[in-house]
Amino acid sequence: MSSLLSRYAECIFWLARFVERAEDLARILDVNETFSRDARGSQNWLSIVQLHADEKRFFEKHPIATADAVIRFYVTDIENPTSIIWAIRAARENARTLRPLISTEMWVQLNVFYNRLKAIDKAELAPGAMTRLLSWIKESCQTHTGITEGTFFRDQGWYFYQLGRYIERADQTTRLLDIKYHLLLPKTADVGSPIDASQWSALLRSAAGYHAFRRLHSNGITPARVAGFLLLNHRFPRSVYLCLREVDTNLSELRSRYSLRGGTDACSSVDELHAILSTKTIDEILHAGLHEFIDLIQCQLSDITNHLAVAFFGALPTVPDAEALSPSQ
Amino acid sequence: MADERGDSVLNGYDPNGFYCEMLRSAANQPIRDRLADLTIDALQRRSADAEAELYNLGITFTVYSDKDAIDRILPFDVIPRVLSSSEWDHIERGVIQRVAAINHLLDDIYHDEKILKDGIVPAELIKGNANYRPIMQGVKVPHKSYVNICGTDIVRGADGTFMVLEDNARTPSGVSYVIENRHMMARAFPDLMNGIGIRPVDNYGLMLQAAMQEIAPAGVDDPQVVLLSPGTYNSAYFEHVFLAREMGVPLVEGRDLLVENDQVYMRTISGLSRVDVIYRRLNDDFLDPEAFLADSMLGVPGLMRAYRAGKVSLANAVGTGVSDDKAVYAYMPRIIQYYLGEEAILPNVETNICREPDALQYTLDNMHNLVVKPVGEAGGYGITIGPKATKDELAEARAKLIADPSNYISQPVISLSVSPTLVDGGIEGRHVDLRPFAITGEKTWVLPGGLTRVALRRGSLVVNSSQGGGSKDTWVLE
Repeated sequence: MSSLLSRYAECIFWLARFVERAEDLARILDVNETFSRDARGSQNWLSIVQLHADEKRFFEKHPIATADAVIRFYVTDIENPTSIIWAIRAARENARTLRPLISTEMWVQLNVFYNRLKAIDKAELAPGAMTRLLSWIKESCQTHTGITEGTFFRDQGWYFYQLGRYIERADQTTRLLDIKYHLLLPKTADVGSPIDASQWSALLRSAAGYHAFRRLHSNGITPARVAGFLLLNHRFPRSVYLCLREVDTNLSELRSRYSLRGGTDACSSVDELHAILSTKTIDEILHAGLHEFIDLIQCQLSDITNHLAVAFFGALPTVPDAEALSPSQ
Repeated sequence: MADERGDSVLNGYDPNGFYCEMLRSAANQPIRDRLADLTIDALQRRSADAEAELYNLGITFTVYSDKDAIDRILPFDVIPRVLSSSEWDHIERGVIQRVAAINHLLDDIYHDEKILKDGIVPAELIKGNANYRPIMQGVKVPHKSYVNICGTDIVRGADGTFMVLEDNARTPSGVSYVIENRHMMARAFPDLMNGIGIRPVDNYGLMLQAAMQEIAPAGVDDPQVVLLSPGTYNSAYFEHVFLAREMGVPLVEGRDLLVENDQVYMRTISGLSRVDVIYRRLNDDFLDPEAFLADSMLGVPGLMRAYRAGKVSLANAVGTGVSDDKAVYAYMPRIIQYYLGEEAILPNVETNICREPDALQYTLDNMHNLVVKPVGEAGGYGITIGPKATKDELAEARAKLIADPSNYISQPVISLSVSPTLVDGGIEGRHVDLRPFAITGEKTWVLPGGLTRVALRRGSLVVNSSQGGGSKDTWVLE
């Protein structure tokens, strides 16, 4: 059997990332919808705009960040490259390119999913109906993941799928933590002040980590524990640590199983990040500054992506921001 | 279904005097019996399900508007077109003969030019043809098989005679629909097919792959075959995906390939990997910017160098377009006679070559009774159907014809056969044609049946998908 085309490797990597991105965004919107109808509600909707650094584009279209405007911007606005429908369209375009490689079931599900997203109407975006819609989106992404797990042939393409999925998930977890952490704790002086436990549990819920966290820390929620859980926990499937470990395993296995010479730079970057996440404690991280630490992780994830692109996708070594580019753009 | 109400499918169906594919064959009796058990309502419901499934499966061609890419399915009619085994035997032999003659012709015109020297075909018709490729002169093609994939468009006249309307010897498309239509029928109408004895179509990919192996450059063990597509934006992209999957080979685009020292490679995650055979779904013009259109972004610079050096095989060979030209078509019976010493098994439709003064005069005198076709167009464009044209349309066509006679041929209007078709909640006769697909490596194999295209508009003779055509599953009985 011939080796995987570079272009396919890139497409499958991004297919996985776009679906993961859509799922994570649906989680964030859903948890806001459910838990943020309090005094701070409007601030929470704005935080989603800030999370994606979309202030400029958002406010060109909408005067204020109401729940309705934010939801439309991030769910159904096909012109917005940070929206769910945009991500699923990009995933579908990649899947279309990949049809010779992926299972028919993977393609059909994404095709139907995208066509259904295009048909979302006003009533489905109404306040009472939102959670249902977002749950459906989340489940559709999970259906994709499940179909992929159950039908996608485990050759080279599978590894690139896994790499894309876990890199994106790690990135999304850091973004979620970053914005919430600073929103909830604007100043270091606030550490130790009474906190709004419901906001922290909302954060955990958006990452589907609330119950696991409870089991681990039955004596209460603190910002440090939440941050530690999302960054460093070894068992939580959305923690940055666990995602990195998956990236590490998949990359090593890909290279050894198929005797690939390329990818040493990507491996070094993964190792570095892995080492940091294995040795630092959450107290050390908070002490040195969470935002700075998250920045470091995001840069490192971007480096890993760039190294993968050079080693396997046929990219030129000096792409400044390949992270923001996708093959289907 | 017995308790469902409504008319049964063929009740009250009237082919209006045309030759009917369903009613005229004795071999079709079992199928007519089963259709009689189905109501039109049931047929309609299952038909809607089938079309929804085609859409979801993405068995579509893509139409581009200014803003958006729209996926359309090729409309699918659920009533099959059935050929008896003796009808098929006749067609199959005719197609094999025709492909053999075309391959002889191409080998000859790119080497010894005997047929031109003997005056059987006018030299200027070949050498002045836009699809004649001088770069192919003297190039050796494995097994002298130039046209590895051929689609022969066949129609049936009022008396039931099969005739060839057109040869498609470049990159004929539509075979994916043949196989997907069959799968669709098997899912939607198992009761209609069960126990009938229909020749299978599933092994097309295997046969194609085998032919690609046969035409690999000499001395290459275990050749790497790829399918070269213009990309996802091509309207036939689904078919490219389908064929790559059925053959089990990578689907590549021009940017995935490169040529070094006359050897073709593809870019993979483990570096460059040699490519030996390319089933290309790109026209000649786009293949190699060094040799043809310099601004082609779809091709591979240097591909023709590698090809001429015998380091890579292309299917179809370069320069086959000259053989399916509508003017060359008119000479096909003579070409068959010249190379094979045989009468054409499948006759041509009578054709007037307007570059010849007598034929031009005849065409001008009888335009209202003739179909006038430009020789270079595909997809049913530019055709004037005399009996259906308005006065103004006829005048316009006449002016164009006089301005450039050698760009046109004319043919009598064929009263195409019809097949019962589900339209607007009833069953009506609609005109059909047939495109069998022939694969040629060392030898020629023809996929049983082929693509039946159906003109869905009432009275229309144009079956092309771009002009309101659909398709039917085509059954060859065992």
